[in-house]
Amino acid sequence: MATKTLGASIKRKEDPRLITGEAKYLDDVRLPGMLYAAILRSPYAHAKIKGIDTNKATKQPGVIAVFTGQDFKDLPALPCAWQADAGRIQNNVNTPRVLEIERVTHTGAGVAVVIADDRYAAEDALGLIEVDYEQLPVVVDAEKTTFADAPQIHENAPNNICFDWSCGDKDATDAALNSSEVVVKQRVVNQRLIPNVMESRGCVAQYMPASEEYTVWMTSQDPHIMRLLMTAFVFGIPETKVRVIAPQVGGGFGTKIFLYPEYCLMAALAKKVGRPVKWAETRRENYIATTHGRDHVTDIEVGAKRDGTITALKVKTYANLGGVLSTIGPGIPTTLYGRMLSGAYKTPHIYCNVLGTYTNTGMVDAYRGAGRPEATYVVERTVDLVARELNMDPVEVRRKNFIQPGDFPYAPADNILAGLKYDSGNYEKALNKALEMVNYSSFRKEQEEARKNGKYLGIGLSTYVEICGAAPSSWIGVGPTGQGWGAAMWESANIRVHLTGKVVLTIGTQPQGQGHETTMAQIVSEELGISMEDIIVQLGDTLGTPFGYGTYASRSAAVGGMAVYNSAQKIKEKARRLAAHMLEAAPEDMTYEGGRAFVKGSPDKGKTIQELAGAAALAYSLPAGMEPFLDDVTYYDPPECTYPFGTHICVVEVDRDTGQVKILRYLAVDDVGKKINPMIVDGQIHGGITQGVAQALWEGAVYDDNGQLTSGSMMDYAVPKASFLPTYELGSTETLSPTNPLGVKGVGETGTIASTPAVVNAVMDALSPFGIKHLDMPLTPEKVWRAIEATNM
Amino acid sequence: MYSADVDYYRATSVADAAKMLKNNKGAKLLAGGHSLIPAMKLRIAQPTLLVDIGHIDKLSGIKVGKKQVKIGALTTHATVAVSEELKAACPILVEAAGLIADQQVRNRGTIGGSLANADPASDYPTLITALDAMLTATGPNGERQIEAKKFFKDLFTTALKRDEVLTSITVPAYGNMSGMGGAYLKHRHPASSYAVVGVAAMIGLEDGKVTHAVVVVGGATANPMHAKAVESALMNMEPTAENIAAAAEKMDIEATMGDAYASAEYRDHLAKVMAKRALMLAAERAKG
Repeated sequence: MATKTLGASIKRKEDPRLITGEAKYLDDVRLPGMLYAAILRSPYAHAKIKGIDTNKATKQPGVIAVFTGQDFKDLPALPCAWQADAGRIQNNVNTPRVLEIERVTHTGAGVAVVIADDRYAAEDALGLIEVDYEQLPVVVDAEKTTFADAPQIHENAPNNICFDWSCGDKDATDAALNSSEVVVKQRVVNQRLIPNVMESRGCVAQYMPASEEYTVWMTSQDPHIMRLLMTAFVFGIPETKVRVIAPQVGGGFGTKIFLYPEYCLMAALAKKVGRPVKWAETRRENYIATTHGRDHVTDIEVGAKRDGTITALKVKTYANLGGVLSTIGPGIPTTLYGRMLSGAYKTPHIYCNVLGTYTNTGMVDAYRGAGRPEATYVVERTVDLVARELNMDPVEVRRKNFIQPGDFPYAPADNILAGLKYDSGNYEKALNKALEMVNYSSFRKEQEEARKNGKYLGIGLSTYVEICGAAPSSWIGVGPTGQGWGAAMWESANIRVHLTGKVVLTIGTQPQGQGHETTMAQIVSEELGISMEDIIVQLGDTLGTPFGYGTYASRSAAVGGMAVYNSAQKIKEKARRLAAHMLEAAPEDMTYEGGRAFVKGSPDKGKTIQELAGAAALAYSLPAGMEPFLDDVTYYDPPECTYPFGTHICVVEVDRDTGQVKILRYLAVDDVGKKINPMIVDGQIHGGITQGVAQALWEGAVYDDNGQLTSGSMMDYAVPKASFLPTYELGSTETLSPTNPLGVKGVGETGTIASTPAVVNAVMDALSPFGIKHLDMPLTPEKVWRAIEATNM
Repeated sequence: MYSADVDYYRATSVADAAKMLKNNKGAKLLAGGHSLIPAMKLRIAQPTLLVDIGHIDKLSGIKVGKKQVKIGALTTHATVAVSEELKAACPILVEAAGLIADQQVRNRGTIGGSLANADPASDYPTLITALDAMLTATGPNGERQIEAKKFFKDLFTTALKRDEVLTSITVPAYGNMSGMGGAYLKHRHPASSYAVVGVAAMIGLEDGKVTHAVVVVGGATANPMHAKAVESALMNMEPTAENIAAAAEKMDIEATMGDAYASAEYRDHLAKVMAKRALMLAAERAKG
């Protein structure tokens, strides 16, 4: 067992079943006697529910029952795990109910449910339910909702403001801006996005009256959290009465972190009708009832010296939260946004103020990157705006302001990171590598030549840094110094080496495509010297896995992986002690390597892990005080977050006559610390880049003034297609994270975080001959064409 | 995403299908199903009976003659897109078919289905109009021919009677004629892949002068339309860049359609730019 598995591009263990269709997703769950639910959703964005008549629907053939919110009025509204204002309970947290009773605040809110023998009958009956709505005035814009003439959505949130949050030092930042040689101001809009997971959401619930227990299958990134929230905050029953199972999950991007009304509704229905009930979300429902991402309106004010040194950054953001709050909605545009506004730069003064606002739109919560793409967009656009103002090369402005390798651990200015410090980095090294790959200086010459021929090429950079792992529990949590999230952020792993020497690893993280079954096994394989085929990773079921917080925030390797690593160390320690006993050697003389515990300096005097597992399980001769079996569990709380970084470069051509943007090249040099499986890392980067590019050029959720989602299907909402994109050119540098023994950082969100500003910067560079400094996303052909036309050039 | 209740009938012949259409008022023909089925799932379309013609073999296939090409209504976009024979005889159709939607849709969607649906943003209607194609329909009283220019009546509306089946499309084998060239350009909607604007251009040259000029714009109006002023401006001219640019400026189709993605004004502009580019390409090809 000498093969190195950690750092190898091993093919994914989960792929054969995914590729052959053997994998079972939520909608594959079929139970005897199962019924099907369809949910009637509000067609209005803001309305009073004056009455609901379900008589006709109830009489429809195949219909078992029809329920409205009145039938569940004893159940409280759903919990919101982030109490605005750093842990102190706020009185204006408005969350959805399983079905709304008095009022709806966005289109798509559930108001009634039909249960039938099959889904078609349930859908037919939906049309027969008569709801008497009294329509109310609507507001959809993140900023306009705070204006005096805007309709009031919740009584407890005057001016529709949910929270007024800030970080950094306002006075110092204002003073620095006042004495800056140049000040640039720009409003930027980070448009609302629809996450578009491949597998839409769903839930199957079963109730067993004899034991008063529920089993709930759901599309989830965090089954343990779902059980906790459902039992403790909605049903008020012991946590032990519910088992949550996440089958194969087909993409999440954040949307499957949250507790949604439908999950609680299915559990309640299963009990009411005494039969299992399934709800599988349609794509239309996914667009209007699953969380969206982003939706910020931001005013930037940046100060700089004439030599390009940035002196201060002041940011004011209106963050649209939707009509009601999702599980961690308010945490995204605050903790995960404002605190990252230093980016990769030594900006000496920063102040950020965020107004989280209610509007008559769908819920907004974490979407791949969650706050950090919004922050990076602000920072990376700002650097380019400074460069443009000073007529400097954007590369030089970046170099001038970079945090240097000797500065780590680095605490961004004005305590905006609330005590955390960037772990490690070498930003210039990644930048230089990317510039070399793209051949920057020769590109600039080519660009100049092309412009003479009416061809508009542009190059854009994004020298990003992100925060992964989220986070030391004392930092994120509800304690006096915490950020106020109703959660800890440690992670778990249990390694059991069975009698036969085979390993069962159970973990608390929950993949949606990331490949945990492979990467986590690679850590075990490397540490214990056991072949990959002899390790099985079990997850996705609250029965049989240790409690964990789930998979999001690029945390599974850096936090969950460390729990695996530490459990492996405990197994090795026990193996050494057992081997010493069996070989009649002193435990301190033993070492463990390549799947064997042996006497230091005498490799032939040793026992294999398989022999030791057998001895530990059969337990006929154990050292005094040693328990049988090789089995250990770790709950790992990270001491710091990790901070991956890198340089992304996009090269575009803008068609002057049509405004169409074509991406000619896309290069990325990412530093994600140690790569456990480089192939999986590349896959994550590819997917991430694609989603970020899509925001820059194509995607955008649009609500009209009546609160109707006009981009309500894939016919209107432009999910990226492979044919739109070039082959990505990837490079990497490796700067280990000193915060964990493997040196891993995190990679799930880097692509999305980095790529959006790289593309927009490239397009603005291409448009610079026209004097165009900024356009808001998505950069559709018409928008670009109109901007060019407006210059009369 | 769950359709309303519907009956299903698998037709054994075109006559059989026409009879079923005649006898069932709420019946709809099902071919590739790539427009109708999504509409049914959204309950925008709620036919009471689906008459499936997808298994009538003789409705598909491409027959290339010296002067004409006959394409069966059930021929898929994918088949058109890779047909070598068609590429020689009527290359513009092959060029356009490869731009329709994505590979999965092209594998199922049919030329007849697309034409009968008459979606203003689809590609084939523009091509069929530019090629002056002849469409053959079969009803209870037998076959009749419909000229392309008389086929499209309005948004999603054609000259087909309720009990008629579109069976084939006949286009000129212009690839066999010397001095003829054609080009189709499409501004693709990034979400739906339909044409925001599609322009088909045909140029015929004799002694270096334009003797045949066609510019048809789709996606901007309810049905594709000839840009007559552009066409006539080119007649008897040399197809130089200057002449083509000047002709394209005369674009006389005013977009009636605008949406959140592309306004009518932008579509007007695209029609001009794309007509110029398509004509340049067509002229180049006409020169051989």
